[in-house]
Amino acid sequence: MLEISNLHAEVQGKQILRGINLSVKTGEIHAIMGPNGSGKSTLAQVLAGRESYVVTSGEVLFEGRDLLEMAPEDRAREGIFMAFQYPVEIPGVSNTYFLKAALNAIRKHRGLSELDAMDFLKLVKEKMKLVEMDESLISRPVNEGFSGGEKKRNEIFQMAVLDPRLAILDETDSGLDIDALKIVAKGVNTLHADHRAVIVITHYQRLLNYIVPDQVHVLSNGRIARSGGKELALELEEKGYGWIEEELEHASSVKS
Amino acid sequence: MIDVKDEKDVYLASFEQFERERAATSPAWLQRLRKSAMDQFAQLGFPTTRDEEWRFTSVTPLTRVSFQIAGREPTILQTSLLDPLAIRNWKGHLMVFLNGRFCRELSLLGTLPSGMQLRSLAAVAQSEPEILVSYLAHCASLDKHPFAALNTAFIEDGAFVFIPKDTVVELPIHFLFISAPGANPTMSHPRNLIIAGANSQASIVESYAGLNEGVYFTNTVTEAILEDNAIIDHCKLQRESLHAFHFSNLQVRQSRSSNFSTCSITLGGGLVRNDVNTVLMGEGAEATLNGLYVVSGQQHVDNHTQIDHAKPHCTSRELYKGILDQKARGVFNGRIIVRPDAQKTDSKQTNKNLLLSEEALANTNPQLEIYADDVKCTHGATIGQLSADALFYLRARGLGLETARKLLTQAFASEVLRGIKIEPLRQEMETLLHSRLPVDKKVSL
Repeated sequence: MLEISNLHAEVQGKQILRGINLSVKTGEIHAIMGPNGSGKSTLAQVLAGRESYVVTSGEVLFEGRDLLEMAPEDRAREGIFMAFQYPVEIPGVSNTYFLKAALNAIRKHRGLSELDAMDFLKLVKEKMKLVEMDESLISRPVNEGFSGGEKKRNEIFQMAVLDPRLAILDETDSGLDIDALKIVAKGVNTLHADHRAVIVITHYQRLLNYIVPDQVHVLSNGRIARSGGKELALELEEKGYGWIEEELEHASSVKS
Repeated sequence: MIDVKDEKDVYLASFEQFERERAATSPAWLQRLRKSAMDQFAQLGFPTTRDEEWRFTSVTPLTRVSFQIAGREPTILQTSLLDPLAIRNWKGHLMVFLNGRFCRELSLLGTLPSGMQLRSLAAVAQSEPEILVSYLAHCASLDKHPFAALNTAFIEDGAFVFIPKDTVVELPIHFLFISAPGANPTMSHPRNLIIAGANSQASIVESYAGLNEGVYFTNTVTEAILEDNAIIDHCKLQRESLHAFHFSNLQVRQSRSSNFSTCSITLGGGLVRNDVNTVLMGEGAEATLNGLYVVSGQQHVDNHTQIDHAKPHCTSRELYKGILDQKARGVFNGRIIVRPDAQKTDSKQTNKNLLLSEEALANTNPQLEIYADDVKCTHGATIGQLSADALFYLRARGLGLETARKLLTQAFASEVLRGIKIEPLRQEMETLLHSRLPVDKKVSL
């Protein structure tokens, strides 16, 4: 589904990604872990199409097509969803209006008819229940005045409504209490299916108690330093990231 | 170099002719009022940018054009021409003015509560001059506003509303001023007077529009007097020709516990100046002055407001928002005076500007003059662009760039539009705004 090869990217002239290689197949859940500044969020932003992140070399194929050529909205319409680490507040735009416009833009792209108000409302109610979101939030402006937990839940709610093929969760678990964390996990596990894939970017192993990844990757200094099964996450939890960075340093000093 | 005196002379000559033509028909008191206003204007002259109140707005483009008083001959006008200017789903009283003169055939006055008057000012001047003598030009501060003086010199017609005490006017009132410019530049000086008796209540919309994209000058003055406990909800919608000059002056006097709210919406006009002034002269009075200006091209719009807290326990709220595209220029000057006697004043002023192009320009200037010590006064002003984060967020959910831009721009305006209480007007404004917002723009994130 997603093939990333030798991806290099910079932000404001600063090189962040230094050759990412990653292959995600349908039905899989991948966890990307790593210390602060390792490039986790940059990877998510590049995949979603944030223009201030400049790809300097490498290639990303989504379903065999060149993802980097696509505008952010086209990526979303093709089925990529990124749950933002810091969801944006948009005063004056109601959650309902926004989500209906988004859903119908995606449906139109997929050759489906636009949902009318009744069907949309039905869908919304069903998905709100899934993420246990208070119904009053839906009529409020997007994320405005939401607590941190409410914002993250709103991201998962949007994901559930928009029904993406590839979901990328950018530290959605950060700052969540255990109940909210379980809800996020439930949202992801409900979405998880044979024709979809999920990339969970996280700083902590905690979320992986509830979402079982097929593969865990450790990002360090803009590269994937190590990949493994779910047991790698536990090892990281126990030992921290230091040993991987030391290994890398050691490897590079040997090389030079 | 242009001689300022010469520019004034055009108006002086116009005035002499105007006076001569009406010498036989106008009552003596009105002739005296006009004459003294003209003297006042002659003394003040056109403001220059050296004048603090006109620092960012030059009236030179206006003084370069010779305007003639719009003709008396009725322009042939079919009701169908009004359709684009009407407010859809409107239910209320409608007074239509053509080139500043009341047009009975196009108006729908409807049934009025007992004792209420909704008439043309010209008719009132003939039949019941006493009420005009007691109220007209009493709160217009002609000595400070040259254009209000000019309007008074050319007073002829406009809307007159008298709401007796304890009367609630259920349906909103609409004054629709239409300019039908001819081959030569014309001017009109509509003059409106609103008298709201104690415990009365009404909603009033003033709208100004041009039938074509001609050059003309609308110089309007509205005076509103609110007696104790009166509630007036006012809205001014300006969608003149883009070549028009629109100068307006709204002067309000509020007695004890009265409540005046207004929303001034500017979409049209090439050079626009709006003055909105209210005096809170009774305890517990409340004023809300809102405004929205959505301009592009070479449009220049200047909003000057003044809230005079003269008595204790009064509240004022002010929210002006501007959306400026291309080379448009917006000026906001909000003056709030809190007199020594006005303890417990609660005042809040906000001006926010959204620049959609690199060449658009906004000037904002809050002016607080506080002479009392136990008051709550806040003000804030911002000038900025669409948030790149918000744009990306919307696009990352599948909304196209143009849709996202439009949605965010509308959201910016919605804060002001939400304050419009007359539902059909609010809807009309949302539709109008939607059709006016720029669509095909490149954006760099």
